[in-house]
Amino acid sequence: MGEWLLVLAGGAVGAPARYLIGTATKEHLRSSFHWGTFLANMAAALLLGFLVQAGTEGALGASGQALLSTGFCGALSTWSTFSNEVHSMASARRTAGAAGYVFVTVALGLGLSFAGMAVARALW
Amino acid sequence: MHLHPHPDSTVGSRAPVVAAVAVGGAAGALLRYGASRLWRNGSDAALLWRTGEAAFPLTTLLINVVGCFLMGVLTVALKERFTGAPRLLNPFLGTGVLGGFTTFSSYTDDTRRLFENEQPGYAVANLLLTVAGALTAVVLGVVAARLLLTRSRRSAGGEGGGS
Repeated sequence: MGEWLLVLAGGAVGAPARYLIGTATKEHLRSSFHWGTFLANMAAALLLGFLVQAGTEGALGASGQALLSTGFCGALSTWSTFSNEVHSMASARRTAGAAGYVFVTVALGLGLSFAGMAVARALW
Repeated sequence: MHLHPHPDSTVGSRAPVVAAVAVGGAAGALLRYGASRLWRNGSDAALLWRTGEAAFPLTTLLINVVGCFLMGVLTVALKERFTGAPRLLNPFLGTGVLGGFTTFSSYTDDTRRLFENEQPGYAVANLLLTVAGALTAVVLGVVAARLLLTRSRRSAGGEGGGS
């Protein structure tokens, strides 16, 4: 039962964090690239790689995983907005841009997951 | 009518949006957690890691595909049909609930751990099926919503609008 509350709390922070990253990048980086979603997903991929490895090393228990991994990282990252953005780019005939966005997000996200794991492994 | 926020008032008018996203995100995360409890497989971090042959993370894949389909439906519904819907509905349902429900970090982490667990077939399958499934789902959501909403608009006449 306690885990449900921790997931709820993590989600209540992770989703607005993604939203605020979006508004901040829109104000400061006047670019047509979807920096907000991209940065939120990359940050979450790096952080989750770190947290899961920290769990494997015994440094983060089930409560921490529920709050930070399932709740915060899960809500900070998104597939639905990401694919919506890819779809709108493709609809606007920016096919190469859409394909590049998918490729960079997936490749870098996976790389950052490994990087986060490596950092946790080095620490413990 | 949309009031374009004055630059000075953006911080003040942002607070309700942040709150709507937070409530939606909490609900979305809970739904995802509930689904991964109900259908335990490789999506469960504890079960995937170094337990011999790990299961395929099917729950996370389905969560992301379903979330993308609903996002396609929501986008069409709010942009093309219910244009008079409350301003906070899109941040609540889209950025909040669906954003909190779907997850990119579990996708990359499941994939990484499948590679680590020496199951490159599952890892590559998860990598590609999620991309193909999510992008197909959002297109299907848009198409389905356009079909259904156009039909119901014809029969319902001039609905919606509002202030």
